[in-house]
Amino acid sequence: MTGNLLVSLYIFILAVFTGFSLISRVPTLLHTPLMSGSNAISGITLVGAVISAGAGKGRLSAVLGLLAVILATINVVGGYLVTDRMLRMFRKGSKR
Amino acid sequence: MVALINLGYLVSISLFVLGLKLLSSPRTARRGNFLSSAGMLIAVVGTLLEREIVDFRFIIAGLVIGGFLGLLAAYRVKMTAMPQMVGLLNAFGGGASALVALAQFLDHPGFKEAVFQATIAITLFIGMITFTGSVLAFAKLEGWTKESPVVFPGHRLLNGLLLASIVVLSVIHVLNPSSSGMLILIVIFAVSSVLGVTLVLPIGGADMPVVISLLNSYSGMAAAASGFVINNYVLIVSGTLVGVSGLILTNIMCRAMNRSLANVLFGGVGGEAAAIAPGARRSVKGYSAQDAAMTMGNAHSIIVVPGYGLAVAQAQYILHETEEFLRKKGIKVLFAIHPVAGRMPGHMNVLLAEANVSYDLLKDIDQINPEFRNTDVVLVVGANDVINPAAREKGNPLSGMPILNADEAGSVIIIKRSLKPGFAGVDNPLFYEAKTLMVFGDARETLVEILAALKQSV
Repeated sequence: MTGNLLVSLYIFILAVFTGFSLISRVPTLLHTPLMSGSNAISGITLVGAVISAGAGKGRLSAVLGLLAVILATINVVGGYLVTDRMLRMFRKGSKR
Repeated sequence: MVALINLGYLVSISLFVLGLKLLSSPRTARRGNFLSSAGMLIAVVGTLLEREIVDFRFIIAGLVIGGFLGLLAAYRVKMTAMPQMVGLLNAFGGGASALVALAQFLDHPGFKEAVFQATIAITLFIGMITFTGSVLAFAKLEGWTKESPVVFPGHRLLNGLLLASIVVLSVIHVLNPSSSGMLILIVIFAVSSVLGVTLVLPIGGADMPVVISLLNSYSGMAAAASGFVINNYVLIVSGTLVGVSGLILTNIMCRAMNRSLANVLFGGVGGEAAAIAPGARRSVKGYSAQDAAMTMGNAHSIIVVPGYGLAVAQAQYILHETEEFLRKKGIKVLFAIHPVAGRMPGHMNVLLAEANVSYDLLKDIDQINPEFRNTDVVLVVGANDVINPAAREKGNPLSGMPILNADEAGSVIIIKRSLKPGFAGVDNPLFYEAKTLMVFGDARETLVEILAALKQSV
């Protein structure tokens, strides 16, 4: 388990550096879609929610899992769709 | 099967990274968002194959309900309400992570592993702060509660005490997870919820872009923390990417307002309009829309400085029409977008894109500032603080804030309701300069008049 934690920390630190170099390249023009799009990514907690909702280990944890699935799915679906809706509006040239 | 699922997660992570990379250009951004969503789909479908999962009823119910609500929200939200939307999505992400942590605790009774129990406490803490803080931010933006900062004596002390009690409770929990069990976690859950509220209460409307960015970061960190709980790398990586993204945006917003993060979080300012000394008011001549049209019609180059007042007056569309008309006449038109022009990072760009303004006309502060001195006319609509030259002087609330150098242009047309100072409460010396034409009135009505006058003069 300690070994696992260490690997997780490695991955975490590498993700921090990747994040910095990726996000710094996003122009201010797209900062709102960046927020909503990355927001959708943070809905990845849906993975954990699905496991809790389906593990069938107890009534209470399944209900908590269900609530978590609902919230995380709103986050994911709403986040990606609204980002797409915004990005569709960014056009070059003036005609529709 | 486990190997296959993990391979799927690896693909997901790669697609998230690629998706964010493609966001670096408006040409590829939409494809990036699509790839990112494909990554999410792969991660979720992969998880459904987990051996642990025996019951699909709740999962399907949750996916259907959440999917429907998400779809509804995404297509119904107005672009002006995007900060609220993102605030609410932050709340849901944080709340989901907190619930996952609680459920994990229940699913592993008697499991004493310190890392597991500690990460549960941390996830609960970050998740619930994000949830209640974001809900309050949403309510403030939506106008359900007053936007002005709420500060009471001992406010910081209270926050400190709440934070300290969460730390102590978490330590007790980790040392002895089984005996007191759920009870301590519920207390952490409750105290964190209160802390989320007391953290956002003292922050005023003008500082909301910072708060939304910061809560965005928290929602990512909550997801990453829940990844430590269930030992899942896809959660750790994606949560961390979002956490970092939110931090970078928070930093950009703070710099644009010339405030430190600590000042935003604990200062209790932003939203209260400081009164200016009445004697300091000078008189100013008001010009008509026809005067403005004449000045614009004779220009070779125009830079438009839009502020949130533009969106409040719903004047984006008529502004775009005016811009198109001017460009057809051979006048060069660009838009200067200050980082805090909207109510969240990049908000003004979205509002103008919605009104069909071509994105290559939208310039950020570093791109546009060298252009002002070679520009004939600056048209300011619904903005004030971001063009206030007082920011270059010492000793006022705006001092040091990066501004758009509108005062360097040949003449400046400012459409404004009154001489009222902006959020910062600092009088704007540009209003009184000889080169400035103040046109008093509603942004939309005034632009309608200007466009009509322009068309007549052809």
